[in-house]
Amino acid sequence: MEVPILKQGRYLIATIQAALSDEDLLHLRRALLERVIQFRSRGVIVDVTALDVMDSFATRTLRDITYMIRLRGADTVIVGIQPEVAFAMVQLGLTLEGVATALDLEEGLAHLERRARSSS
Amino acid sequence: MVNKKPASVPQPPSTQSTELLRELVAHLSEHRTQLREEWASRITEAQLLTAMTKDEIFAEATSVYDNYVEALATGTLEALQSYSRNLSERIIPRGVETHEVVGIVLLLRDVLARSLFAKYQGDFTKLNRILDAYEPAANRIANTVAVGFVQERERVIRQQQEAIRELSTPVLQVRERLLILPIIGVIDPQRARQLTEQLLRGIRTNRAKVVVIDITGVAAMDATVANHLVQTVEASRLLGATVIVTGLSPEIALTIVNIGVDLGKMNTVGDLQGGIEQAERLLGYKVIPVEEATAAA
Amino acid sequence: MPDDIRVLIRSNLDIVTARQEGRTLAARTGFSATDVTLIATAISELARNIVSYAGQGEIVLRLAEGTNSRGVMIVSRDSGPGIRSVDDAMRDGYSTSGGLGLGLPGVRRLVDEFFIESVPGRGTTIRVTKWLR
Ligand SMILES: Nc1ncnc2c1ncn2[C@@H]1O[C@H](COP(=O)(O)OP(=O)(O)OP(=O)(O)O)[C@@H](O)[C@H]1O
Ligand SMILES: [Mg+2]
Repeated sequence: MEVPILKQGRYLIATIQAALSDEDLLHLRRALLERVIQFRSRGVIVDVTALDVMDSFATRTLRDITYMIRLRGADTVIVGIQPEVAFAMVQLGLTLEGVATALDLEEGLAHLERRARSSS
Repeated sequence: MVNKKPASVPQPPSTQSTELLRELVAHLSEHRTQLREEWASRITEAQLLTAMTKDEIFAEATSVYDNYVEALATGTLEALQSYSRNLSERIIPRGVETHEVVGIVLLLRDVLARSLFAKYQGDFTKLNRILDAYEPAANRIANTVAVGFVQERERVIRQQQEAIRELSTPVLQVRERLLILPIIGVIDPQRARQLTEQLLRGIRTNRAKVVVIDITGVAAMDATVANHLVQTVEASRLLGATVIVTGLSPEIALTIVNIGVDLGKMNTVGDLQGGIEQAERLLGYKVIPVEEATAAA
Repeated sequence: MPDDIRVLIRSNLDIVTARQEGRTLAARTGFSATDVTLIATAISELARNIVSYAGQGEIVLRLAEGTNSRGVMIVSRDSGPGIRSVDDAMRDGYSTSGGLGLGLPGVRRLVDEFFIESVPGRGTTIRVTKWLR
C-alpha cells in the first residue's frame, strides 16, 4: 500500500496507513525525497501512528529518510510512535538517535515551526 | 484460558471397552433426571458452591452432567473444556474456590459410580469391566474441569495483581503536559517494566511533553533495573517527550555508568524541585528559547 | 503438531503475514498488548533475516506448554548459507549487510528463551519462546 504524501504549505506530511511492506517503505523514501526537492519543502512529518511494529529495517529506513532529507536542507520529524512500539524498539536496541520525534501531527508541526524560526 | 490443544480421552483400545462405554453412556442418559438431582443435592449437602443459589446449582449441574456424558460418549474433551472455561469465568468472580470445583466433579464421579454399582451388583465381572472403562475416562474429565478452573483463576489473580501494582505507582500530572513519576521503594525488573509501560501510556493519554522521574525514594538499583530506567528514558523520547531524572544517588549513578550509559546523554537534575523548574522552562513557562532547551536535552 | 501455524517466507510480504499470525496467536494466548508487540517484532526480525540472507524459509508459530506457564514459541528455519560465526552474529552491531546488526541480539532481549543452530552451507534454525509473565 502506497503511503499518501500531503503537501501543507512548506511542509510535507506522510501518513503511514498500516503494516508496511519493504517496498512501500523504500517507495516512501524515494517519493519524499522527490517531493522535498520539487516543492522546496522546509520540513517533513512522517506519521507512524498506524504502525504496529517498528523493526530494525523500518527504523533504519526512517533514519535514512531523515538523513537524506537533511542533506536537502529540510527537517524531518517522526510522529505517533505507539507506547508498545516504543517499548519494543528500545528492547531491540533501536533508539533512532539523531532523529526528531514528536507525539502527534500537531506537535510535529510545532516542532518544525520552532526549527524554522530558530534557523531563519 | 485452558490449553488449546485438541484434547482427547486416551482411546480405550479394545472394541470391547468401547462397547462398555456405550452401554455406560446409555445408562447415564436414561437416568439423567434422577442422577442429576441426586448430584445436585449431594453438592448442597456437602456445602459446596455456597455462593450460588439452589436453582443456579441445578442449572449448572445439568450442563456439567450433559457435557460429562457427551465427553464419555465422544471421547473428546473440547466441548467440556470450553464449557468449564465458561463456567469458571462466571463463578470465579462470585468467590467459588478451587476445592469446591474439584469437590463437585469428584462427587459426580461418585454418584455415577454408585449408580453403576447398583445396576451391576449382580454381575461382578461385568461391573469390574465397566468400572475399568469408566474410571480412567472419569478421572480425565475431572482433571480437565479442575485444570480449566485453576488456569482461569490464575489468570484472574494475575489481572488483579497487575491492577494493584498499577495503583501503587501513580503517574502524576502536575500541570498541563508535565508528568511526574515518583518511584519509591524496591524496584525489581517486573515492577520496572510495569512502571515503564504505565509511563508510556500516560505520556500518550496526557499528551505529555516533559516527564520528571524522581528516584529519590529508591534505595538501590541493580544493573538490570538501571537498564530499564535508561530504556524508559529512550522510549519516552521516541514518543516525543523529554525525560528529566531527579534524585539520582551517587551509587545509582555509578551503576548506570557501569552498564555503559553515557550519563551526559541523560537529563539529570539534583532534586525534584529543580527538575520541575527545568521542566517548566522546557515547556516555555519562562523566557528561555525553547528550541535551545530541547536541543540540549 | 496440529496447532502449528506455518508461514512460508519467500518475500518481504510474507514477513507481514508472519507478524500478523504471531499477533493473533499471542493475543489469544493471553499476552498483554506490549508483549504481543514484542512477539510481533521478534517475528519480523527473524523473518526478515530469512528473506535477506537465505532467500526463503519458514516461520512456525506454536503454543508452548510449560510446567506452570504457557507461551508462544517461534521457530525460524531456512536452508540458506548459514551463519559462519554465531558468536559474532549475536553481538550488537554485527552485520554483514550494512544493517544495524541488532536483529538477532535484539530478538534475544525480546524473548525468554533463545536457541540458535546454524551450519554453514546447510542453513539456520532459531527457536525462541516467550512465556506469559
Ligand atoms: N537466517 C540467516 N541465514 C544466514 N545468515 C544470517 C541469518 N540471520 C542472520 N544472519 C547473519 O547474521 C548477521 C546478524 O544478523 P542480525 O539480524 O543481527 O543483523 P542484520 O540483519 O545484519 O541487521 P538488522 O537486523 O539490524 O537490520 C547478519 O548480518 C547475517 O550475516
Ligand atoms: Mg536482521
